[in-house]
Amino acid sequence: MVDFNLVPLLPEIFLAITAMGLLIVGAFHGNESTRAICWASAIGVVVTGFILLGLDWNERHVLNNMFVFDQFSGLMKVIILLGVLASLALSVRYIIQEGIERFEYPILLLFAGIGMMIMVSANNMLSLYMGLELQSLSLYVLAAIHRNSSKSAEAGIKYFILGALSSGLLLFGISLIYGFTGSVDFDVIGRSLMSVETIPQGVTFGLVLILAALAFKISAVPFHMWTPDVYQGAPTSVTAFFAMVPKIAAMGLLMRLLLDPFAAAFDQWMQIIYFVSLMSMIVGGFAALVQEDIKRLLAYSSIGNMGYALIGLVAGTAEGAGAVILYLFIYMIMTAGTFAVVMCMRRNGMAVYKISDLSGLSKNSPVLAYVLLVLMFSMSGIPPMAGFFGKLVVFNAAVDQGYYILATLGVITSVIAAYYYLRIVKVMFFDDAVDAFDKELPLARRVVMLFSVVFVLCFVFKPSPFMSMSLSAADSLFSNAAIMSAPAGDDAQSLEPAAG
Amino acid sequence: MMLEVGLTHYLVLAALLFTVGVFGMFLNRKNVIVILMSIELMLLAVNINFVAFSAYMGDLVGQVFTMFILTVAAAEAAIGLAILVVFFRNKGSIAVEDISAMKG
Repeated sequence: MVDFNLVPLLPEIFLAITAMGLLIVGAFHGNESTRAICWASAIGVVVTGFILLGLDWNERHVLNNMFVFDQFSGLMKVIILLGVLASLALSVRYIIQEGIERFEYPILLLFAGIGMMIMVSANNMLSLYMGLELQSLSLYVLAAIHRNSSKSAEAGIKYFILGALSSGLLLFGISLIYGFTGSVDFDVIGRSLMSVETIPQGVTFGLVLILAALAFKISAVPFHMWTPDVYQGAPTSVTAFFAMVPKIAAMGLLMRLLLDPFAAAFDQWMQIIYFVSLMSMIVGGFAALVQEDIKRLLAYSSIGNMGYALIGLVAGTAEGAGAVILYLFIYMIMTAGTFAVVMCMRRNGMAVYKISDLSGLSKNSPVLAYVLLVLMFSMSGIPPMAGFFGKLVVFNAAVDQGYYILATLGVITSVIAAYYYLRIVKVMFFDDAVDAFDKELPLARRVVMLFSVVFVLCFVFKPSPFMSMSLSAADSLFSNAAIMSAPAGDDAQSLEPAAG
Repeated sequence: MMLEVGLTHYLVLAALLFTVGVFGMFLNRKNVIVILMSIELMLLAVNINFVAFSAYMGDLVGQVFTMFILTVAAAEAAIGLAILVVFFRNKGSIAVEDISAMKG
């Protein structure tokens, strides 16, 4: 099973070489080359995507079982690359408008992307940690990239401190799991947990710490407090990236971790995820009601959306995991479109962020207003938009497993959340017009909006390929767990050293 | 009579150091540098844990993990200080109570 073939790593290797090459180009040509580097990075991401699609998607374990490539990680990587591509496209003009056109910007996006690709492929606590840190360190810098804005610096500091705290928790959890199971390898951890009657206290404690750390990364309640501040303070293009991609990667990591090595500890983690999911939906629903700043509103909306996605994980089935993937994918596309509109909120060259600034948008720039209308309807889960199907599949997965209360509360909070999404629509269409926004609408932003709206509207006609893809990816996660649990009987000695 | 230092002692020490680090982060109301020190304390507590388990089980993976943590901690400290410098240039202060422009 273990081989030293590096072919499954090709996408990461290619992207890393691209990023480092572009770093050298940037070092020689300075910030004037930012635009070129942005587009070169975008091409690099596309090529990486094609390399990824050209690989053999059957399960492969490489680098001493540290790295696994299967359908699940393949699909997550495609989604991550799409997100990075959308962020790059949205950023190109925005960073020039904001005066932050530093050549490091696209390169940091690429490095964060590599970190996330490693995260979803990690099969060992060490590769998990390295991937997570590569992602986080890039994101800390991105949050603070607007060096002349005190808000951006503050966002960077807040994100850094809480991110470092969560890394500390993660590591403490990993150290306990290492001590109590004797390994940091997912397969060995899984086998030794399968072979014991009750999960040792130390493992449960370590698992709780790891879950707390990952809840930070996906900004789930009760570890969400950084989200609104960081979303508000960071430049909007960075916020768009934060809202779209790192959460998907962290969620992919969480899914592999919980459904593969910790499948035996389902009873333990299910309660935690249940609570986190419920609280995220409630806080995301209620706290957003009083927000005046659109970026803070979207921050709470993303907290709530993570709550809905976690419902699928609570179900603990392949259907549930598939529903999570589908939900995250739809959420990412809606978020990309929404942020493309938010980036167009500029008056006289200055960005504005108040929801009241949108009033009368339907008269001043009807295209933006209708794009946002479609996306807000979709976010609030009104059929036949894509957002409705995302919610439908996760609720369905929960109901199948008998989690009626969670599904009901999910529906109720999504009705509450509909209020603030629809408030934006009301402000745009029924309030008196204020000054028009600047007319400039760059091509890349238009493409992102168009793609997002077309996807949201047309998903209803052809949902089956997306559903079957996410389901087969989730299945690969479970077949992995089944193979792993099979030899549990004769491998019981792996827990011996810790038990002594 | 000699008191044997066993695995438990190391684990308790690490847990205490980790707790001190977490509390240092939340109870400290003065200076961001102290928060950075608390982060380092937490990571070093984890290292003690790893090395203790590694020595106890006779398994080298824990010590390798420690090396990685040390490296990443250095990178993390560098980035943290860089962001702090940016913040200081904007605000002219690194007091914790000044990190509060955004609320709600």
